[in-house]
Amino acid sequence: MSQANLTMHGPAAMVAGRPFSMPTKKLAMWLFIIADTMTFAACLVAYGFLRVGTPNWPRPFHSITNVAVMTFILLTSSLTMMFGVQSAESGDKAGAFRWTMITAALGIVFAMLHIREWMGLIDEGMTLFKNPWGTGLFGASFFSITGLHLTHVTCGVIALIAVGLRYKGGRYNSDDLEILGLYWHFVDLVWMFVVPLVYLLNLSR
Amino acid sequence: MAVAEQHKTTTTGKYLIVYVCLLALAGIQFVIAYQNIDADQMFVRMLIVACVEALLAVLIFMHLWAESRGFVIFVAVFTIFVLLAMQYGWTDSFRMEHGGAPYSNYSK
Repeated sequence: MSQANLTMHGPAAMVAGRPFSMPTKKLAMWLFIIADTMTFAACLVAYGFLRVGTPNWPRPFHSITNVAVMTFILLTSSLTMMFGVQSAESGDKAGAFRWTMITAALGIVFAMLHIREWMGLIDEGMTLFKNPWGTGLFGASFFSITGLHLTHVTCGVIALIAVGLRYKGGRYNSDDLEILGLYWHFVDLVWMFVVPLVYLLNLSR
Repeated sequence: MAVAEQHKTTTTGKYLIVYVCLLALAGIQFVIAYQNIDADQMFVRMLIVACVEALLAVLIFMHLWAESRGFVIFVAVFTIFVLLAMQYGWTDSFRMEHGGAPYSNYSK
């Protein structure tokens, strides 16, 4: 054991033992985000693989209005999350709770728009294995990628409400909101890649 | 107190600027989608814009810029290495351009 470890006690010793001088929960969230990046990247690369390898890939999207509104809502929710974390760090508990709930509400609106879009495609005859426009792989890849993202949004909304309420009740602090913010921004970040690859490259012309 | 208030105003302004930049970049992606160019070029342009968006979000919104240098290097090296390793599959997808991907003709 080094001399430094022998002479260090209490919180100082704990901080010195932390990797990258970062709180454990925050490091855990970053590691989760890195792992989740690999999951989404693998899905998107596999999607690209299928798209390039399949002649006459379907291009079923006529309008970008819905996806544009969804993008706007998700980007705005990232901003409101930032405001929530900022309020929490400055000690404004009511403000932090309010911004967190606004973020959750935006997440719910995003999820509803997403489901509405799915319903529209299902009404047009698209399922996991077939669609009226061509290869059945399109439905499988589309529902897999957007479904995985929608699952993340849904989990994020639940976490926002749970952490927000616990923060309001005094059980969680601003660090917990910041860590949740990392997750929410990540969900937003993934959408920036899903939109061009899954939607915009498949616009009908 | 005044210093803290000024700091909050400055960071709020910074976040708003980044938010507007992200909206603008997302808008650029939508504009690219309507350009009369081939799919490969469109894909590359959109991916570049998406990477810039992601970089802004990670560095500013996720505060990676403020973390220790060792951590930034860890995240960057780890992520870029795995993302690059995933690109091995592309050559095979080009090979299948004529025959189609497995199950591409499958319909239930």
